[in-house]
Amino acid sequence: MQIQVNGESQEVSDGLQLLELISDLKLRADQIAIELNHEVLRRTAWPATTLQPGDRVEIVHFVGGGFLSDKL
Amino acid sequence: MSTAAPAQTETFKIGDRAFKSRLIIGTGKYRTFAEMKAAHEASGAEMVTVAVRRVPLDRSSESFLDHLNPALQILPNTAGCYTADEAIRTARLAREALQTDLIKLEVIGDQTTLFPDNEQTLEAARILVQEGFVVLPYFSDDLIMAKKLLDAGCAAVMPLAAPIGSGLGVQNPANLRIMREQLPDATIIVDAGVGTASDAAIAMELGADAVLMNTAIAEAQDSARMAHAMKLAIQAGRLAYQAGRMSKRLYASASSPISGVVR
Repeated sequence: MQIQVNGESQEVSDGLQLLELISDLKLRADQIAIELNHEVLRRTAWPATTLQPGDRVEIVHFVGGGFLSDKL
Repeated sequence: MSTAAPAQTETFKIGDRAFKSRLIIGTGKYRTFAEMKAAHEASGAEMVTVAVRRVPLDRSSESFLDHLNPALQILPNTAGCYTADEAIRTARLAREALQTDLIKLEVIGDQTTLFPDNEQTLEAARILVQEGFVVLPYFSDDLIMAKKLLDAGCAAVMPLAAPIGSGLGVQNPANLRIMREQLPDATIIVDAGVGTASDAAIAMELGADAVLMNTAIAEAQDSARMAHAMKLAIQAGRLAYQAGRMSKRLYASASSPISGVVR
């Protein structure tokens, strides 16, 4: 099935669990936040979340910046 | 003898948090993480601001937060947002990840100047306050806008001194002085545009409660030394504000007695 991750279309296996996606992307779960279809998904809800076709997932982390800065 | 507490021991408040240091610094533009850490240490700052970005999908990313002293209060910001909606979403994500209700609200209106979009900022501030955030908005140095942001429930206001990253120093001291005089109880944090220590001292002498800066320290040749200079400048400016400066006069006024001079 197709989902969008951070604005990019991705082909993933049907019934992919959110935790599987996090692990596939090698992300540190303690330093990210996730939005599913424009709503923040509480951390406690991650384990029970199965992705659906067409889902839009935003995964963010923290970077250096006082202001607009994409360095570091 | 003065009864005022020395600048080092008094605190200033944001919501129900009290801070001894009146310097808040950024985490961007440093050449290395080691340099950033040394500058943070030298600054004495208790709070640092960090940006929220999409994780890169094509490469592994650094765990940036690991490079910050865990004792520091993290102030997430909405840097890079151009609409109230983007800023609100970013704030919600930051709160979820960091478990903090503090948010430095930035809604930029223009790429060249990075001037704030005050209208979008106010709209976002109203919603975020309703959602329980402690909102610190970056905005133009305008008294009426400051009043509106405070009426909306912002915990502090953060007027710019000059364009972000410009290092021009306080461009409109009269505006900051008026803001201080008209809003004596507000927490005013000068945000953006400081270039060197004297700029920070001027902002504090005008009555700012604190100063937030990033580029002035990160782009200095020796960022840790500049961070130390900023710490001292902010303390000096605060003391001078509390001391109450002398009036300016056009002509000389002798310091020594006029009588008894040997002729």
